[in-house]
Amino acid sequence: MNTRILNQVNRSTPFAGQSEAIAMISSRGLSKTFKTRTSEVHAVRDVNFDVHKGEIVGFLGPNGAGKSVTMKMLSTLLEVSKGAASVVEFDLLSQQNEIRSRIGVVSQRGSTSDTAKAGDEIVWHAQLYGISPKEARRRGKELFKALDLEPQWEQKCESLSGGQRRRIDIAMGLIHRPQLVFMDEPTTGLDPQSRANLWDHIRKLRDKFGTTIFLTTHYMDEADALCDRILIIDKGSVVATGTPKQLKSQISADTIRLTVRTNEDAAKTGHVVDSLGWGKPEINGNLVRFQVDNGAKALPGLMKSLGEKEIDAIGVEVSSPTLDDVFLSLTGRTLRD
Amino acid sequence: MKYMRDTLVIFRRSMTLSIQNPIWIVISLIQPILYLVLFGPILLSIAQTPGFPPGDAWQVFVPGLLVQLGVFGAFFVGFGIIAEWRAGVVERMLVAPIHRTALLSGLVIRDIIIVIVQGLVMIGLSYLFGLRISLGTIVLSLLIIAFLAATFSYLSYAVALATKSEDALAPIINSLALPILLLSGILLPMSLAPRWLQIISDFNPVKHIVVALRASFRGEMFGFDIMLGLIIVMIIALMAAFVGNLAIKSLAR
Repeated sequence: MNTRILNQVNRSTPFAGQSEAIAMISSRGLSKTFKTRTSEVHAVRDVNFDVHKGEIVGFLGPNGAGKSVTMKMLSTLLEVSKGAASVVEFDLLSQQNEIRSRIGVVSQRGSTSDTAKAGDEIVWHAQLYGISPKEARRRGKELFKALDLEPQWEQKCESLSGGQRRRIDIAMGLIHRPQLVFMDEPTTGLDPQSRANLWDHIRKLRDKFGTTIFLTTHYMDEADALCDRILIIDKGSVVATGTPKQLKSQISADTIRLTVRTNEDAAKTGHVVDSLGWGKPEINGNLVRFQVDNGAKALPGLMKSLGEKEIDAIGVEVSSPTLDDVFLSLTGRTLRD
Repeated sequence: MKYMRDTLVIFRRSMTLSIQNPIWIVISLIQPILYLVLFGPILLSIAQTPGFPPGDAWQVFVPGLLVQLGVFGAFFVGFGIIAEWRAGVVERMLVAPIHRTALLSGLVIRDIIIVIVQGLVMIGLSYLFGLRISLGTIVLSLLIIAFLAATFSYLSYAVALATKSEDALAPIINSLALPILLLSGILLPMSLAPRWLQIISDFNPVKHIVVALRASFRGEMFGFDIMLGLIIVMIIALMAAFVGNLAIKSLAR
């Protein structure tokens, strides 16, 4: 089932098949196996995907699904066990330094020392890319301004708020003007306002500079709001890919929730739903829940059939699928599991 | 070239951070001073014991303290890198196109410089107690101490990066440091020890470094003891650097 979905979605992805789209990441059979004395853990298995220039692509999956490990391999921090990849058009296995000077990484762990001043950290970091201290200061101040961090230049990192510190991590990852930026859980631990603010900054980065962004997240709303395209990963494998809209329309259907007067009515409603070809619904007391391809189209017919059986629906609710539903239908688990 | 540049950037960062937060430099300096002030006078009275090596008590005692400084001043630097690893600093440096070995060499140069400054303070203080040594001796001793500090700081970083836990690092460092200290004749010369203990201590490279330093303090420049100590300290420094860089490499496994 998974490969079927993969093929379906791939065909309708805007970039697929366009030869002029430049692949900033192209992963072919990328795998990571951690060996301990007693066992082997397959953290990532046979992952294939492309990320094109100028895209914001989200890597979505629960904790431990292999998101971070894949990202660490692609950003040259972890050795690849099997497979190959090209990143910013260089070979991951043999041209790591070429890749390193062209990518930026914003790690979920952070990037700055508590006791260091924010401005100092960014200037030192820039020098690791061969940027002169003077140029580093100029670029750093520019970035701080763009990220609303101007007053924080002289402050010690330990005195900054979570949101400010995350924005400094982003500035650190951008100081050498990378073509591709990896962001690992960029908004984890931030309050809703800081998250929305950070999303704006990430979007601006792509819109203004054409930077390609590859981020991991386990927040559905983040993937939905921010990403042009989503890769869903579970247990080390990519199980689906597509735009948020495609994933929602192709994989999961609308959910209809009916409330009837009695439990007997609920049972009768179950038969009606079954006879209309939508399968056996989930019944809970006087509540009936089932999925149809198109809720709005299905509703009139359903109400008519219920009326014929003299069943009174006292409550009807149709909800469009969320990425949560997508994930549930693909893996049988919710993201929070 | 690139290696030098990367090393220099890492060094400048870590040196600045150390100077901005000098509490640890001060604490590790206070300990040898306490030894000098509170333990030195006792040693003066046992310097007459048969078997005590030649030279006056300060010429025997101060080299031991310098070696102790080199070992202990550097052995605990691993705690710093665990904090930086946890803050994501190590990873973001490795994601930059730097020479992999520059990361530790930048930090180790900082550690060496701190130990040398502490050594100079101690030699200056000993002068007030009556120690008289030549400039050549000072240069030679500090050279040896620099290699010694490099050795233990590389080892400390290696253990720290392999365990990534203060709770694991502390007992490992302590259980290594104590036998190294006891079998090196830092406080009391090994020539006072029974034969079997002397034989065991011959396998401790730090003992030969103490012996070399004492010979240098007696003014026996370029004698056998000094040459042996110098060669040993260079070899163990190289080995430690190799182990440290291995630990950096295995972060990617």
